[in-house]
Amino acid sequence: MTRLLHIEDVYKSYGDKLVLDNIDLTVSQGEFCTVVGPSGCGKSTLLRLILGQEEPSEGRIEIKGQQGALPDRTRGIVYQRYTLFAHKTVLENVMLGRTLTEGQWWNPWYRNKSHVEEAMEFLRRVRLEDAAGKYPHELSGGMQQRAAIAQALIMRPPILLMDEPFGALDPDTRSDLQLYLLELWEKEKLTIFFVTHDMQEACFLGTRLLVLSQYYSDDRGMGADVKRGGKIVSDHALPKMATSTEVMNSEAFRALIEQVKKEGFDPDFRQHVKDFNLKHPDSFQTLLQSEYNAGQ
Amino acid sequence: MKRPVFLGLFAQPPKALQIVLAALPFVLLLVAYLVASDIRLEANPNDKLLPSVGQMVDAIDRLAFQPDRRTGDYLFWQDTLSSLQRLLTGLGLSTLVALTVGVMMGAFNGLFVLGNPFLTFISMVPPLALLPILFISLGIDEVGKIALIFIGTFPIMTRDVALSVRGMPKELIIKAKTLGASDFAVVGTLLLPQIMPRLITALRLSLGAAWLFLIAAEAIASTDGLGYRIFLVRRYLAMDVIIPYVLWITLLGFLMDLLLRILLKWRYKWYQG
Repeated sequence: MTRLLHIEDVYKSYGDKLVLDNIDLTVSQGEFCTVVGPSGCGKSTLLRLILGQEEPSEGRIEIKGQQGALPDRTRGIVYQRYTLFAHKTVLENVMLGRTLTEGQWWNPWYRNKSHVEEAMEFLRRVRLEDAAGKYPHELSGGMQQRAAIAQALIMRPPILLMDEPFGALDPDTRSDLQLYLLELWEKEKLTIFFVTHDMQEACFLGTRLLVLSQYYSDDRGMGADVKRGGKIVSDHALPKMATSTEVMNSEAFRALIEQVKKEGFDPDFRQHVKDFNLKHPDSFQTLLQSEYNAGQ
Repeated sequence: MKRPVFLGLFAQPPKALQIVLAALPFVLLLVAYLVASDIRLEANPNDKLLPSVGQMVDAIDRLAFQPDRRTGDYLFWQDTLSSLQRLLTGLGLSTLVALTVGVMMGAFNGLFVLGNPFLTFISMVPPLALLPILFISLGIDEVGKIALIFIGTFPIMTRDVALSVRGMPKELIIKAKTLGASDFAVVGTLLLPQIMPRLITALRLSLGAAWLFLIAAEAIASTDGLGYRIFLVRRYLAMDVIIPYVLWITLLGFLMDLLLRILLKWRYKWYQG
């Protein structure tokens, strides 16, 4: 498995507020990486940094060995909102990537049969072939998200970033789309980086679960002047189970949820940086002397 | 649940009442005018201030359907044509500039920094104060009048378009880039089409200003046009011409606005706002 995404010593602050605090992370190809954490832990910020939408204050972010690129074809994105282009039909939306890169985007009458066929194939896969001629505002939220996934997938991005893509959907549609996304991931051998605040979703979907949290302790002390931001406090390798929601009722799954809740979401439970559960084979951690003073 | 018909926060007038209510102010104004005109004409049949409907119809019939004794033109239509030509040319230029310059400025930060302070400055200059400069430098025929309408409307429209483009969700632009779009493709396939409805709205809002500048320019130096005619016959207190002309100008403005509104609804169904 090749190293697709590499993040080292990344910090991000907005003015005085430190959001991400010395993030180290490597993601291999084929991984379904979910990131979960309490609000304000910086998970969406981390995704924006990987996407190139924002720059890290310090540190390196590499996609396939390339450092610090602006948004381009190396990363696909599905947002929670603003997913489709409102002035184009669903088919045109899904085809857009092809039209932009291989077709004539400046020509409003341009139609390429192979592009249409490919887009229709993707629409079939997301079960939207009947909605091809409709405009986004005529679709339900779940259908819009499915179209947005097809739109991103047609370009076969090396890594697909998803920022709470199902956050605005009702529970039924949501679990429908979760199963569906797992199916796609398996069939298309995708690499996915999926940010959510929903622990169930994160534990259910991922082959690797990262917990990002601002609730931890280190050797910098607990003084009010110490600025502390979100860190990866645990990194679980998850067994890739059968793609069924049944698993959510199992004992092991419930235990995992409890553990994640404690590690990431409990302000009173603060692990020390040296005790983080970073057992995933790709996991690594570079601590500063101030964070962990081993000789003390 | 019983909703009040007219008064109160939750009032819901039935359809028929809505029409009556909407028509009421117009009817009141009309009746008030007719009564006042009647009273004045009763006292003095030669009164010019509040002409009767018949006198106005006569005046328009003379101007619109009989050739002018001196030039042989149908003055009413000649005036309308000249005015519309000036108005549409000026507004057309403004729209073109707003679309090209505005979208480019909104899309590219560098161009925004370059152009925005200057545009803000230009939009603060009162266009009517520029009128003498325009007439001196460009002459008193068509160019000067069109230039006034253009200068009066383009800065605000361009700024509006630029700011709207900047206000679009960054997510859309980033998404287009992840789909492999070049910078110009983002402008061409995303920003330009998405700004069109906003541009039409900006155009609708500029109609009033454009008419103002048109009438002002025609009033000062012209040989035809709706504004010219009004200010010409003002010397003879010819209210029987002025009032129908004002109504005609209002109607033209209303129709243009309606046309743009229909275009917006018909062509840009996805645009809500």
